[in-house]
Order: sequence, then C-alpha cells, then structure tokens
Amino acid sequence: MEINMENFFLSMAFLVGIILLIPFYRVYRGPTLFDRLLGVAAVGSKTITIVLLFGLIYDRLDMFIDISLGYAILNFVGVIAMTKYFKKSASDY
Amino acid sequence: MEHLILIQEIVAIVLMFGGVFFMLVGSIGINRLPDFYCRAHAAGKVDTLGIMMFLGGMVVHEGFTMTSAKLLLIIAFVAVTSPVASHALARRAILSGLKIWQRKEPLK
Repeated sequence: MEINMENFFLSMAFLVGIILLIPFYRVYRGPTLFDRLLGVAAVGSKTITIVLLFGLIYDRLDMFIDISLGYAILNFVGVIAMTKYFKKSASDY
Repeated sequence: MEHLILIQEIVAIVLMFGGVFFMLVGSIGINRLPDFYCRAHAAGKVDTLGIMMFLGGMVVHEGFTMTSAKLLLIIAFVAVTSPVASHALARRAILSGLKIWQRKEPLK
C-alpha cells in the first residue's frame, strides 16, 4: 500500500488556505482595533504553516524553514510593537 | 521496514488532520465569540495547539534529520510567542478601558 504524500500536502495547502481566509472577516468587521489586530495575528500564524507546506511540495524544506521562522518572528514583533504603540483609550478607536 | 514507513506516514497524516481541525475551530471561534477577550482566548490557545500539531506531523514525516530539528525549534518558538502575543493584546485592551462582555439576562 502506497500513500501519495505530494497530493496530500497539496490538498492540505488548499485547506489551510481556505481556513486562512476566515479570520479576515473579523479583520474587516471587528468593532475595536484589538479585534482587527487579533485577526491579523491569527492570519500570520497560519502563514507559517502554509509556507512550510510549500516547502514540502517543492521538496526544498530546508530553505523554506528559515523563511517561515522569519515570518514567525515578524508576526510576534509586529503584535508587540502594535500593543506598545496604541496607548489611547479604547473609546477612541 | 515498509510497515514502519507506512506507520510513520499514517501518524503524520493524523497529526496534520488534527492540526487543521484545531486551526478551523480557532478561526470559527475568532468569528463567533461575543467579545474581544473571548476571541483572544480562541486565538491564543486553540490556534497554537493546531499549529503545534501540524508542525509535529511535519516532524514525523521528515524523520530524524537536521530539518526536523529546525522544525522543533519553530514549534518551541510558536508555543512561547503566540500566547504571549495574545496576552499582550488583551492586557493593552484592558488597560485602555475596553469593557468586558456580560450576558444581558441571567441564566435560567
């Protein structure tokens, strides 16, 4: 019995790509600014997995792993910088 | 030996499906829950578990190589930073005076 892993990774990439679109609704609608930031952080954390899946599909995971690590660090630093930046009261947003 | 490889792939597939399931649950929670703090709860815990399971499936698929060691490094990084980021967001929200949601009528 043989499992075709390449097709499996491709379908997983489609699935994660569809799941990645769901938090964009919260980014669009969110009543406060923090909701939008939370949605952006969720999208960014799913981007890590989709970049790694591209690495598995292209069979060059060792290169794509560094890219995804960079994405993870940028996502984290971006959220922390935003929380430092927005210091006004919540009713202003 | 062939059976071992088959078991490895099956474990990887199960872990990846679990990760996709938890990512889907976290995304729906971000949309469905009533206020920001509940949404931070969904994004901070369920999403992190989903990503960790997904990358764990990739580690099982890769086997014992340098690449899987780097993947374990990414898992550790995500496990630390994703809850910290949503905690920082929730802390900033509560410091800037965002109201906590309360049920309109009490439970019967």
